[in-house]
Amino acid sequence: MLEFRKDLFANERDDNLNEVGKPTQRQDMAGHVTGRTPFFDDHRLDGMLHLKCVRSPHHSARIRSIDVSAAERSPGVRRILRGADVPVNLNTLLSLLAFGEDDEPSLATDQVRYKGEPVVAIIADSEREAWEAVSKVRVAYDPLPAVFDVEEALKPGAPSVNPVYTRNTFTYHDKYDHVKLRFGDVERAFQEADFVLEERYQMSPIEQAPIETNGAIAAPEVNDRYIVYTCAQGLFFSLDTTAKILDLPSNKLHFIGGTVGGGFGGKVDSLCEPLAVLGAMLTGRPVRYVLNRIEEMQVSAPRGAERHYIKDGVMRDGRIIARKMTVYFDCGAYTRLTSYGALKCVAHLPGPYTIPNVSADAYCVFTNRIPATAMRGFGVTGVDFAIECQMDKLAHLIGMDPMEFRIVNAYRDGDVKAHREHASNTALVECVQVAAEKASWPLSDAARAQSSLTGGGGERAIIPDTRLDDGGVRPAGWRPEGTLPPGTRAPSRPQVTPQPSAPRPPPIAAPQPTPASPPPAQEQVPAPAAPQTPTPPPAQSQPQSQPRYARTRFSTVFGTRRR
Amino acid sequence: MAKHRGRGMAAINYPIGLNLGGDPSQALVHSNPTGKFTVALSSIDLGQGMKSVTRQIAAETLGIPVDDVYVDTADSDTGPHCMGSFASRGTHRVGNAVIAAAKEARGVMMEAAAEELEVDAGDLETDGKGNIHVRGAPHRSITVKEVAIAAQFRQGRTISGRGIFLIPMSGVDPETGAMKPVTTYAHACLVADVEVDDETGDVAVLKMNSAYELGRALNPRMVEQQLVGGAWMGMSHALYETTEPYYPDRDHGPSDFNEYLMPGPGDIAPHDIAVLERPAADGPFGGKGPGEMCANPVLPAVANAIFNAVGIRIDELPITPEKVLRGLKSQGGAKPPQVPFGGPKPNGAARP
Repeated sequence: MLEFRKDLFANERDDNLNEVGKPTQRQDMAGHVTGRTPFFDDHRLDGMLHLKCVRSPHHSARIRSIDVSAAERSPGVRRILRGADVPVNLNTLLSLLAFGEDDEPSLATDQVRYKGEPVVAIIADSEREAWEAVSKVRVAYDPLPAVFDVEEALKPGAPSVNPVYTRNTFTYHDKYDHVKLRFGDVERAFQEADFVLEERYQMSPIEQAPIETNGAIAAPEVNDRYIVYTCAQGLFFSLDTTAKILDLPSNKLHFIGGTVGGGFGGKVDSLCEPLAVLGAMLTGRPVRYVLNRIEEMQVSAPRGAERHYIKDGVMRDGRIIARKMTVYFDCGAYTRLTSYGALKCVAHLPGPYTIPNVSADAYCVFTNRIPATAMRGFGVTGVDFAIECQMDKLAHLIGMDPMEFRIVNAYRDGDVKAHREHASNTALVECVQVAAEKASWPLSDAARAQSSLTGGGGERAIIPDTRLDDGGVRPAGWRPEGTLPPGTRAPSRPQVTPQPSAPRPPPIAAPQPTPASPPPAQEQVPAPAAPQTPTPPPAQSQPQSQPRYARTRFSTVFGTRRR
Repeated sequence: MAKHRGRGMAAINYPIGLNLGGDPSQALVHSNPTGKFTVALSSIDLGQGMKSVTRQIAAETLGIPVDDVYVDTADSDTGPHCMGSFASRGTHRVGNAVIAAAKEARGVMMEAAAEELEVDAGDLETDGKGNIHVRGAPHRSITVKEVAIAAQFRQGRTISGRGIFLIPMSGVDPETGAMKPVTTYAHACLVADVEVDDETGDVAVLKMNSAYELGRALNPRMVEQQLVGGAWMGMSHALYETTEPYYPDRDHGPSDFNEYLMPGPGDIAPHDIAVLERPAADGPFGGKGPGEMCANPVLPAVANAIFNAVGIRIDELPITPEKVLRGLKSQGGAKPPQVPFGGPKPNGAARP
């Protein structure tokens, strides 16, 4: 059952629209429900060949030799692809954003780093013949020690998983082995807290589980181009990744997709398109490379596991005054998108609450498992699980109703968030109130009287003095310039002009009258004073920080952008 | 042995769109000679309704009926660049690009209409039904079809428009993590009622009550499908799904849907949803997008409900019967917390 609460925020909406807001039937519904909508794998082209991969049975091993002679003689085999056939056999997905270094081959050559890593691709007349030839490829491996646990991988002496990031951590800002969030002084606040609670949470790897498995069909088109039917979630992301790996001008590729049988993040990695096009280039025939269900479940990237440690300082009246988190993202053997997931996680902390002291370290850790990638809210879903279980525990610890505890700590319009932007357009308080009402969960009058529009800003808009540190294991080649010595305090950056401070919303445990008409929250937001990112420009860019092959860059990055 | 009921809640917010910006999407809009419009995109519809939502947005902006708009996506030869459908960015980014393109096309359409009606374009308005008329004088009217024919064959104008939406890239401060990751957030709070069987360790979700704030709901039916489906997925993540049941052990991974478990039809819980709409300042018509976030509150709400039912905290997902039984064993059986929160438990505390 679904109802619209049009009464809430009504004065912020003009509901007088013709088409927007109407329950219009989907444009593509008739095709979907009659089974006539074409998906990528509905194309059966004349002379189409099928590609299947020989995959590593080991979590970590050196490849001593690869013998394809029996496979070459196998019936129906048209072509066998090896790493040496791939023009640019090293890539990282976000090289298009100049974020991270190329670290993953399309086909492994000297070493395998996870169970299921592709080593050889067989192209044959039928899927069955391709599988038969796969079973005839002889790869000699020397197994190597493997590491599977994120914290084990960080210990000295742990097997090094990825040769680009030898310490098993992704490198941020050419400098740190993790992403930092520092806001206020958590250690001092823990001293002042009535209670401190530290807990550990673990998310399992999860499969995106679309009905349509990953795949692509590539075929030579007229005029020296290749047409590619694909289920990619980012059409140009996949096209430009393919162009890079195959060293082709992007206009030689004609990608057709757009109607996808479920994605959930699992169709961003663009693993099938480059090999399918390469197969079409080398055979002159259409080539279909589609994962089967086992490959989808156990080889294509899952949402990676996450481990969260949360330490909170809370007062008896319900206010959380400090939250410190350490987060380990299990990246698997290659970067894919986990580096970005960790950044997204840090941006999200400390959850939808206004907490005056926040500190977090998020690590993207390499282990010998399937590389992780995007999946529905990755970087956020796991954190929300950890934070909201923690919130429940904190509420019980201080004997406060969990709903009211959320309302006491909810962020409101005008509050500054730990990443130092000011909140607007917030609605957590109202969601809690409405959910409580629907579930007949009793709330106090004081809790029901709260609003996202009031009580924010003022003191809650001020960026506190922040304790900085340069803690963390340094990646090889780390340079100390630009860091402050441990313990020094950086001045608050965007300096806040003194505001007539609105009172903090009264703790609901001890009900007080809500301020009758505080000024509109927006006016309490300090002007976005300081430039977003100040400057210390590193003297020169390090050559090794440049992605080696990225000819096309959509943009200059995320995290490692020079400022 | 008994079944124990409990309820738990969780509240979340969700950043809409890829963090840190720098992720543009483009749209092209043009009319055919008889006033039917095509929106060309390279954006991906993976079931969430990208084609439909952009179609409504284009129709609204152009001021024409939705039936007169068709969305064509995604062909890299004809559709302009879009970063892709992920990070809950589709409605927000692509919707804004479509608005920009449709506004430009509308501008040409109104000028062409003005020339036909011999009035100033600024005095014209659309009626949303396929007509353009002088404001305050509906009888001085021309159809969109007539305008398109005139523009094409008499005036030599292209009724077309280009649009892009780009949130500039934000850097990240290495020392503090200061950044501008996102421009708007969606919000939710969800209450889950569960029943825990202390003999089998099985957890059944009995009922969910929720409130989701999503900015303007651009299509209420598609919002509903997202919220209902997303909450199901949240249940699934909380109680069933894993590719590595004994993580970090790599063994015992599932290979198909017989082994990779998800809630079946009999496991789906009734879900009572309230939708709140606080429009986003930079969202298309205030829309944010219900995509990824609607699963998120279910996971912790279910975990908290299990605590409320039997007094054990399971901090590792998924919460399998094995983990429940081990938790109960180490605690010496079900010991629901004696707390007055959340109102009376549904249908009493425990059933024999």
